[in-house]
Amino acid sequence: MSRLSVNIAGVELKNPVITASGTYGFGREYSEFYPLSRLGGISLKGTTAAPRMGNEPPRIAETPSGILNSIGLQNPGVDALISDELDWLSKQDTVIIANIAGSSVDDYSAVAEKLDKTCVDMIEVNISCPNVKKGGMAFGTDPAVAAAVTKAVRRSTSKPVIMKLSPNVTDITEIARAVESEGADAVSLINTITGMRIDINTRRPILKNNTGGMSGGAVFPVAVRMVNEVYRSIQLPIIGMGGISTWQMAVEMLLAGASAVQVGTAMFSDAYAPLKIIDGLEEYASRAGLENISELTGAVKLW
Amino acid sequence: MKFIQDDFKILYNREIQNGFFDILVDCPSIAERARPGQFINVLCGEKPLRRPISICEIDKSAGSIRMVYQVRGEGTEWMSGLCDGGTINLLGPLGNGFNIPAKSRGMAVVGGGIGTPPLLGAAKQYLADNSERSCTAVLGFRSAAAVILEDDYRAVCDTVVTTDDGSYGRHGLVTLPLEEQIAQGGIDVIIACGPTPMLKAVAEVGAAHGITTFVSMEQRMGCGVGACLACVCKTRLAGEEMYSKVCTHGPVFNASRVVW
Ligand SMILES: Cc1cc2nc3c(=O)[nH]c(=O)nc-3n(C[C@H](O)[C@H](O)[C@H](O)COP(=O)(O)OP(=O)(O)OC[C@H]3O[C@@H](n4cnc5c(N)ncnc54)[C@H](O)[C@@H]3O)c2cc1C
Ligand SMILES: Cc1cc2nc3c(=O)[nH]c(=O)nc-3n(C[C@H](O)[C@H](O)[C@H](O)COP(=O)(O)O)c2cc1C
Ligand code: FES
Repeated sequence: MSRLSVNIAGVELKNPVITASGTYGFGREYSEFYPLSRLGGISLKGTTAAPRMGNEPPRIAETPSGILNSIGLQNPGVDALISDELDWLSKQDTVIIANIAGSSVDDYSAVAEKLDKTCVDMIEVNISCPNVKKGGMAFGTDPAVAAAVTKAVRRSTSKPVIMKLSPNVTDITEIARAVESEGADAVSLINTITGMRIDINTRRPILKNNTGGMSGGAVFPVAVRMVNEVYRSIQLPIIGMGGISTWQMAVEMLLAGASAVQVGTAMFSDAYAPLKIIDGLEEYASRAGLENISELTGAVKLW
Repeated sequence: MKFIQDDFKILYNREIQNGFFDILVDCPSIAERARPGQFINVLCGEKPLRRPISICEIDKSAGSIRMVYQVRGEGTEWMSGLCDGGTINLLGPLGNGFNIPAKSRGMAVVGGGIGTPPLLGAAKQYLADNSERSCTAVLGFRSAAAVILEDDYRAVCDTVVTTDDGSYGRHGLVTLPLEEQIAQGGIDVIIACGPTPMLKAVAEVGAAHGITTFVSMEQRMGCGVGACLACVCKTRLAGEEMYSKVCTHGPVFNASRVVW
């Protein structure tokens, strides 16, 4: 499978397919379907300094070719992640990416610092979760604040730092440049796009939180466009995501500029989606005579 | 492997009442592992989210699962168009199912509307497990046109049917006949599935009589396997409130743990 192996910020992944944060828990559930060692990596559920209960349900709604979610970062907290999950995860023979969130810059650095001495391979910093009232949104939409979080996390850990960008901005390259300048090792995008659905019978939003983050097929073209914009404006490796459900879409994301991809919502309809994408990429790479899949990264020929 | 996701053959898919459908699927790998009270997540064409549908009956020797569903929106509408002999993609069995104490001898089953199907399999299993057991059912529906599975229940246990508008059976809510059944004695466990206000009322009746009550909860779902935290309901354990996952901690909860 070495044809599919990629290197992101010094970390070797056996293939460029990572499961997306929040859709895959801490991996245990999906290990009931297939060995996690098949995956390039796993991005874990967003983790905060203290445990969080999350938002009131309903927390999920369907949209044309997509979904909205407002989980609100329900998680057991970083201490529980370390004591209950990491030991098991370290034995699964895949790259472990911790995904962290916070409501202050200090929160982020505290969580990053706790993870610094663990088996986690990389730290992905969610500065874009649109669900949490205090913070989330704010960090990812202001270049100065995004830079401040990057700087604080960078100082708290020697692990590679991936800044996960929000699409809910006018110019995503501005944020990408800000996090690059403060020492991020990679960026991942896109997080969810804020949306809303209304039940016409009750005249109430379907989500108890009123709004939620949109993901799934509907956001794919937005994600491809943003990955390409970011690719052309910074030097860092990019992990592309947003609506990928087939190997063809993964190839498209790589061509736009991604070095690896994440798959989230697609697993809700097909638990095996990541494996099908990996197999499809392998076949495609061989058919296209690629020595390594990374030859596709950014290979789109713009008009 | 705890979960099965695969294409299976539809043995039949037919309308049993206005807008209510009965589907039988040949799925031995799921049937083998399934327990009453568990559910299946059904893939509906290109829909991003699978639809949770309860297991109504399990035939382990034939390897089939029966489900009964009501057309509510686009997904169930799509399901209603599936043909006999066609293919359906299922993910299951999901959830915990009913865990009735072995020492129980008398059970009351309380179903409301489309909450009645999962309790049928549970009642059959309950009686099959021990010949000294008895079971009684109280089934509530909106109106005569919405009554389903009455004959199926009557073949298994004493059954009282109520309708909200009095157009069939007894007029009114399920809680009154339930109280009457309890007054006759012998009921040591209640299981219920239906709209939340009904479940809450049944839980109150159970609590008032000190009878262990299990309720099957509904929530909108993402993954169905416990990974995404979309499907929660509020529960209480040792005085502490938390969100529990309907798809794995449930859908069946001890009613005393549910925060209504
Ligand atoms: C554990 C469980 C068991 C169930 N068992 C049955 C059953 O045996 N028979 C039956 O007819 N129905 C059952 N339901 C309800 C059934 O899942 C919904 O009626 C169905 O999902 C509606 O889908 P739709 O596409 O027709 O409606 P739409 O309104 O178009 O659905 C939009 C989205 O909302 C979700 N949704 C809408 N209503 C519900 C609901 N009440 N519960 C959960 N998700 C919902 C859908 O799954 C979908 O993701 C059960 C629900 C749960 C949670
Ligand atoms: C239910 C759900 C929960 C999510 N939770 C998180 C999270 O905790 N942290 C995070 O950075 N992103 C989270 N996301 C966003 C995804 O990781 C991903 O960026 C987004 O869903 C787009 O990819 P997709 O279309 O393949 O799902 C979540 C998405 C979903 C659907
Ligand atoms: S639906 Fe994903 S955790 Fe229950």
